Amino acid sequence: MLKYIGKRLLMLIPTMLGIALVVLIIIDLTPGDPARVLLGTNATEEQVEELREELGLNKPFLVRYWEFVKNVCQGNFGSSIMTQRPVFSEMLMRFRYTLVLVVFGTIFSTILGIPIGIYAANHTHTWKDSLAIFLSLICVSMPSFWFALLMIRFFGVKLQWLPISGIEDWKGWILPCVAMALGLMALIARQMRSDMLEVLRQDYITTARSKGLSERKVVYRHALKNAIIPVIMVIGGVFGSSLGGSLITEVIFSIPGLGQYIMTGLNNRDYPVIQSGILIISTLFAIIILIVDVVFALVDPRIRSQYTRRKKNKGGKSDDGTGKEAKKANATA
Amino acid sequence: MAEKLLEIKNLSVEYHSDEDILYAVNNVNLTLEPGETLGLVGETGAGKTTIAKSIMRILPAAQAEITSGEILYRGENLLALKEKEMQKVRGNKIAMIFQDPMTALNPVETVGYQIAEAIKRHNKISRNEAADRAGDMLEMVGIPRERLGEYPHQFSGGMKQRVVIAMALACNPELLLADEPTTALDVTIQAQVLDMMRGLKEKLGTSVILITHDFGVVADFCTAVAVTYAGEIIERGSVDRIFNNPQHPYTQGLFNSLPSLEATSRRLKPIKGLMPDPTALPPGCRFCERCEYATEECAKKAPEIYEVEPGHTVKCFRARRDD
Repeated sequence: MLKYIGKRLLMLIPTMLGIALVVLIIIDLTPGDPARVLLGTNATEEQVEELREELGLNKPFLVRYWEFVKNVCQGNFGSSIMTQRPVFSEMLMRFRYTLVLVVFGTIFSTILGIPIGIYAANHTHTWKDSLAIFLSLICVSMPSFWFALLMIRFFGVKLQWLPISGIEDWKGWILPCVAMALGLMALIARQMRSDMLEVLRQDYITTARSKGLSERKVVYRHALKNAIIPVIMVIGGVFGSSLGGSLITEVIFSIPGLGQYIMTGLNNRDYPVIQSGILIISTLFAIIILIVDVVFALVDPRIRSQYTRRKKNKGGKSDDGTGKEAKKANATA
Repeated sequence: MAEKLLEIKNLSVEYHSDEDILYAVNNVNLTLEPGETLGLVGETGAGKTTIAKSIMRILPAAQAEITSGEILYRGENLLALKEKEMQKVRGNKIAMIFQDPMTALNPVETVGYQIAEAIKRHNKISRNEAADRAGDMLEMVGIPRERLGEYPHQFSGGMKQRVVIAMALACNPELLLADEPTTALDVTIQAQVLDMMRGLKEKLGTSVILITHDFGVVADFCTAVAVTYAGEIIERGSVDRIFNNPQHPYTQGLFNSLPSLEATSRRLKPIKGLMPDPTALPPGCRFCERCEYATEECAKKAPEIYEVEPGHTVKCFRARRDD
C-alpha cells in the first residue's frame, strides 16, 4: 500500500509538468497583455514594450516554460506583477478561507446528503422518497448564487440574524458554507440513493436478512459499506472541484479566498498568479484524488488486494497455513 | 399424529409489476416431517424459490405479496409473526442456502465476520466465542480456520458455497432450505458439496428442503419429492414411489426427457410446449395444454389432489379414474 502511494506521488511530477505546459499555452493564446493593463491605455507603445522586456514576456515560449518549471522546482512560485507580492505566501494566506469554506461545505453536505440518500432508498414508492427526490432536484438545479442571494435577503436583511458579507467571526461563515453545501448535498444524496437501491437488490443483502439480522444491521452494515464506495468518489470530486470552484460563493460573500485571488489575476493578466495558482490548485486536486483512491482501498478489500504485494505462496486455494500468510500480508498493508 | 415440522397450507404468492399480476405460487400445500429430506423439483419459474423465500419471509417487499395461506412451523404460523420475532427464526431455526455463491456473500466483509455474525445474533456469546465457533464451522465444511480473516473474492466458487453452507448451519437450524445449492457449481464440486451436505445433515439431524431441477441430485440426496408446475405442487411422494411409479403426466414427461443409459435412441423426448404464462393462468388444469391425456374436463376444471397410494398424492383427474 505504501509503495502504491509512493508510486502515485511520483506520478504527480509528470502531471504537474503537463499542467504547467497547458496553462502556459493557454495564457500564450489568450489576448491581453499585463504590461498594457499595468500601464493603462495612455502609455505609449515604447513604454509597454519596455515593460514587456523587463517582465520577460518577450522571451520565447519554451524559455518561459523552462524558467517557470525551474523556479517552481526551487520553491519559487513568482510574484504578482501587479502587487509585487510573492504568489505562494499570498495564496497560503487566502487558502485558509477557501479551505474552511470547502471543508465545512463538504462536511455539511456529506453528513446531510448521505442519511437523506439512505432514507430515500429505504422508502421507495412512498411520498417520503418522492419528497426527498423532489427537494434534491431543486437543490441540484438551483444556481448556488441565486440561493446565496435568497439567504442573504432572508437571514441577513430581513431577520438580521447573520452578517451578509465578510468574515468577522464564526457567524459570517454560516451562510457561505450553507450556500456552498446545498447543491453538493443534493448531489451526494442522489448518488447515495441510487447506489443504495442498487446494493439493496443484491443477493448478499438477502443472505444477510436470511441470517435473521435486524433491518438496521442489514442496511447500515451490509448495504451501506458497499453502497458508500461510489459516493466517496463523488465526495472527493466535489471537494476537489470546490477548491477552484468556490469563486461564486467567495465573490457574493466577499471572502478573500483562492477563487477571488485567481479571478483578479485573470482579469489583470497577472501571469505569475495565474500560472502558479492553477498549478497549486491542480496539484491539490490530484492529491485529493489520491486520498480518495486510498480510502477506496481501505473500504473495499477487492481493491486493496490489487495494491497489496502478492506473497509468493499466497496461492490461497490450497490448505495449511497459507491463509495466515495472506492475513499477515493484509495486515501489514 | 406426530408433530409436523413444517406445514404449508393454501399458500398463494403474487408478484406485482406495473401492469401485471404474476401468480407465482397458487394454493400450495406441503408438509415436512422432522428429519425428512424433500426435493422440490420443477422447471425455472415454477415457484420453487418463491415457496422457500415465503417460508423465510424474505420475498422482496415492494413487489411480492402473500395473498393467502399459512406456514406452520411446529404449529406456529410464521406468516403471523411480528418481524422482530421472525428475525429470531431466520438463520436460527430455519436457514437458507442460495443458488449463486458468487453473489451470496458480502464482498466487503470477511467470511469470518459473516459467519460469526449469524452465530452472535442468535446466541448470547461474546465476539471472540462467536469467531471461535465460526472457525469450527469453517473446519466442518473443510476449509482451514486460518482463512476466517479472508474476503469472499479470495475463495473459489465451490469454497464460497461451503462458506454459505457453514453460515446457514452455524446456528444448528432444524430446517435447511437449500435453493439449488449446486446449480452454479461444476459437476465435480457438485458431488463434493452434496456429500458434505449429506454428512452434515446426518450429523446435525437437520431437515432439508432441497430445491433443484436435477432428478439425479434428488435420487442421490432426498427421501421425498414434490414436483411443482406453474406455482402448484402436482405430485408428491417418496423418492422410491415417484421414481418407480410417476403418476402425473408432467412427472412422467420429466422422466421421459432424461437421457437414458440403456436406450438406443439418440434423441431426448422433451415435453412439448411451454409452461403457461404466470400472468394469465388457464382456468382448468395448468398442464392440460401440453398433456397428451387431456380431456374437456381438464380444460374447464382444475383437478383436486388425489391420493394414489399412502403418502403419494397427485393433482390429476387420471388418478381419480384409477380409483
